[in-house]
Amino acid sequence: MSAPIRFSAQSPWYDLFSRGARDWLRHNQKVRQAVREQIVDLMTGGDFITQPDQRTVQVPVRLLEHARFRLADAQKQEGAGQGNAQAGDTLRQADAGQDSGGDDGEGGHDDGGIKLLLELKVDDIVDWLTEELKLPDLKPKTGATLEDEEIVREGTGKRGIRARLDRRRTVKEAVKRRAIQTNPTPFIDDDLRFHQLKQRPRMASNAVVFFVLDVSASMTTIERKLAKTFFFFVLSGLRRQYHRVEVRFVAHTTEAWEFAEREFFDVSGSGGTMASCAFELTYKLLDEHYEASQYNAYMFYASDGENATDDRAASGRWLAKLAERLNYIGYVETRPGTARFAQTDMRSIMGELSQGGARAGSQVVSEVKDIWQAIRHFFVHEAESART
Amino acid sequence: MHAHASNSAALPEFAERVESLARSLGLRYFPVEFELVPDRFMMETAVYGLPVRMRHWSFGVRYIRQLVQRNMGNSRIFEVMFPGDPCKAYLVDANSLAENVLVVAHVLGHADFSWRNGLFRRSMEMAGGKILEQAAARARRIEQALEAHGEDKVEAVLDAALALEAHIDMNRPLYRPSYDDEADAVQAHEETDAFYGRWRTLPGEKPIAAERAAKRRAVPPQPEYDLLWFIAQHGPELDGWERDIFLAVREESYYFYPVFACQIMNEGWASYWHARLLREADFLPNDLYVSAIKAHSDVVRPYAAGRSLSLSVNPYHLGFTMWERIVERDGLESARRICAEEDDFGFVRNHLDARLADELDLFVYEANANGEINVVSRDIHRIREAVLGPKFNFGSPRVAATRTESDGSLTLVHDHRSDGRGLDLSRAERVLDYVVRVWRRPVTLHTIDDRGNGRELTKRPR
Repeated sequence: MSAPIRFSAQSPWYDLFSRGARDWLRHNQKVRQAVREQIVDLMTGGDFITQPDQRTVQVPVRLLEHARFRLADAQKQEGAGQGNAQAGDTLRQADAGQDSGGDDGEGGHDDGGIKLLLELKVDDIVDWLTEELKLPDLKPKTGATLEDEEIVREGTGKRGIRARLDRRRTVKEAVKRRAIQTNPTPFIDDDLRFHQLKQRPRMASNAVVFFVLDVSASMTTIERKLAKTFFFFVLSGLRRQYHRVEVRFVAHTTEAWEFAEREFFDVSGSGGTMASCAFELTYKLLDEHYEASQYNAYMFYASDGENATDDRAASGRWLAKLAERLNYIGYVETRPGTARFAQTDMRSIMGELSQGGARAGSQVVSEVKDIWQAIRHFFVHEAESART
Repeated sequence: MHAHASNSAALPEFAERVESLARSLGLRYFPVEFELVPDRFMMETAVYGLPVRMRHWSFGVRYIRQLVQRNMGNSRIFEVMFPGDPCKAYLVDANSLAENVLVVAHVLGHADFSWRNGLFRRSMEMAGGKILEQAAARARRIEQALEAHGEDKVEAVLDAALALEAHIDMNRPLYRPSYDDEADAVQAHEETDAFYGRWRTLPGEKPIAAERAAKRRAVPPQPEYDLLWFIAQHGPELDGWERDIFLAVREESYYFYPVFACQIMNEGWASYWHARLLREADFLPNDLYVSAIKAHSDVVRPYAAGRSLSLSVNPYHLGFTMWERIVERDGLESARRICAEEDDFGFVRNHLDARLADELDLFVYEANANGEINVVSRDIHRIREAVLGPKFNFGSPRVAATRTESDGSLTLVHDHRSDGRGLDLSRAERVLDYVVRVWRRPVTLHTIDDRGNGRELTKRPR
C-alpha cells in the first residue's frame, strides 16, 4: 500500500484564475440579457437612479435563480429545532400588519439580501426600448422641421485654394502626364487638383427642449419621480436625434422660475398652481434665445393637472402661442394611484389645443409603466407627423 | 491572508503521528492526500462541490453568496474532503496549526466512514475511486463542447441537466442497461429458471411473452425517476455531446448522493474521531491541544454564539452526540456496524431515542406564512421525521417520466401523494423551459395546485 497520507502545498496556478468569478461574470452577462428582454417590466420598479453624468443608470436587480423542481410553500412549514422550548411556545410573533400570501416571485426570501446594482448605458436602454416598444425612428420632417445650409466637399477641380489641395489626385495626374512625356518636369500647375465645395440643404440639427414642472404643494415625491423619469428618457431619445440639444428647466407654482438641472427636481413650492406663468416664461425664453429658423423646439409639461380655474383662459392662450413655435407640446399628467378617467382642467385645455390642430398630446402617467406608453405615444406622433 | 509558516513545517509531522494513532485505534481508509490551499480555492471548491468541475453561471451565484457570507464573518470552511482511492482532502493554508491538526483528524474520521459505509462503498464500486480525475476530464470535454458549439447551446444543456441534478434513481446502477437489454435479461432468466418453468404450466396462466411485448413498446415501461438518464437515453434529437453532459451531471450526482444521505452520520463520526484522536494524542503540545479543542467546540455546538435556541439542528452536533452515546452504550464494534449498514434515515430512526432527543432539547416547530413560529411538539417520532424531511429523495420532489408519445412528446408526473403537496408552479414552469430546449418536443408536467386540483403544464419547443 502506498503511504497512508501525503502532504502537498499550494496550487500556484490558482492565484491567476477564479472560476467563481468567471461564472459570476457570466451570470451578470445573463442578467444584462434578461434586463434587455424585460426592459419595460424591469423599469416599472422605477427605483433606478440617474447618474450625474447621465450616460448610465443604475438598476437594482435580483440575482438570477437557477430553477429546480421544488414543492410549493406549505401553509405551515415544519422543521426541527433545538433549544429550551416546550410545545405551545411561540418563538416568533406574526409580522404586524402584514399577513400571509406574499410570495414575491422568484428569488423571494432566499436572496440572502444580495442585490445587484446593474449599471446600464442610457443609450442601450433607449435602443432596447425602441425595439421593445417598436418605437419608430424619428425621421426628418419636411414641413415642420427646419433646414440649414450645409457645405460639403464634393468632387475635384483645377481651381481652388491651397488648403483644399487634393494631393492624391494631383500626384495621379502628374504620374499620368509623366508617363507619356519625355524628360518630364515633376509637377506643373496643370496637375494640381483641388477639392470642390457644394452647398447642400441639411436637417437642422439643433433642438431645444423645455421641461416645465409643476412644483406646487400637491406634487409629491412620487409625482416628481414620475415626471423626472419621463423627462429623462424623453431627453435621452431626443439627444439621439439631434446633434445638439439644449435643455431649459422651468418650474412653477403661482409664479415661474428657471432653474439649473441640479436644483430642478428638488425645488418645492407651496400654494396654488397657475400654469400660465410657466408657459409665458417658456415663450419668453424661446423668443429671446432661440431663433425660430435654427431650432427644433419641444416643450414637455408635467403636472398633476390641478390648475387654478381662473387661470384657464390664460393658460390656453399662452399654449396656443407656444404651439405656433414648437414642434410638439407634450403634457404628462402624473396621477399616482388615481383613476385615469378623472378629467382635469389641464387635460381639457390640452385636448382643445390638439383638436384645434396643434401638435400636442397628453398622457396620464400613474405608474412608471405608463411612462413607456407616454414616450411611445410621443415618438409615434412625431414619426407620423414627419411622414405627412 | 498569509499562510501560516508552521503549517508547512510542523503539520505533516503531527499529521503522521495522528495517523498512526488512528490506525492503532482501528480506523481503516484508503490513502489520503492532503493539500494546503489558499482560502479562496477552498471556498470555490465548496461552491462547485468538486475541485475541478464544469462551468455554469449558477455556480457564480453561489460563489457570490458565499463570498458575501464570508465577508460578513458568517461562514468559514475548515475542510473539504473527497472520498475515493485515494481520498483527497484540502486544508486552508492560512488556518492555524491547531485548526489544521484538528482537520487532519476529522478527515481521517471521514475517510474511515467512507471506507465502512455501504452507500459509499457501493458508489465507489460503481464509479471507481478516481472521481476527481473523471470530473476534471468531463469538465475539459465540456470546455471543448463550448469551443465547438458555442456558449448558448452548451449552457442550455447544462441549465436542464443541472436543474435535474437531484433526479436520479439510487436504486439503479450507475451504468444501466437499456430498457430492451434489461427486458432481455429478465426474459432469459424466466425462460431458463425452473420456477418460471413450473409457473408457466399452471392452469390459467397466460404466456408471458405477449404481456411483455406490450410493455416493451412503452417507453418508459414503468415510471422512470432517473430523469437525467432517461433524457440522455431517449431524448428524441439529443446530440452525442449533449448526452455526454447529461451523463456527466448524473455521474457526479451519484457521487454526491452518499455524502448527502449520510451527512449526520458522517459528520458526527468524523467529529467523534477528531475529538477522540486529539484527546489520546499525548504527543500534542498542551496549548495546541487547547486551541484545537476550542475549534472543535465551535464546530459541534448546537447554537450560534450567544443563542440558546436554533431553528435548525446542527448535523455535526447531533451526529457527534449520537455516536458518543452509541459507543458508550454498545461499544465501538456496534458503532462500526451501524456505520456500515445505515444511512441517515436508519441512523436517526433507529438510534435517536426519546431520551437523547429530550436531553438535546430537540423540538418540532411550525412556521406560518405570516411569520409566526410555534413549537408544536417534542414527540420523538415527529422530531425524527422533521430532521429527515429535507433529506427525502435527495432533497427534491419526486418527478417521474411516465410516457412518451409517437411524436416524441414527453409526460412527467409529480408524485404529489408521497410529497404531500404540489410543486411550486412558477419554478416548475421554468424547469420545463430548460427541459424542452433539450427534449425538443412538447413536455407536459402533471402536479396539483394549492387547492389540491390537478394542474397540467405544457411547454412546446420554440
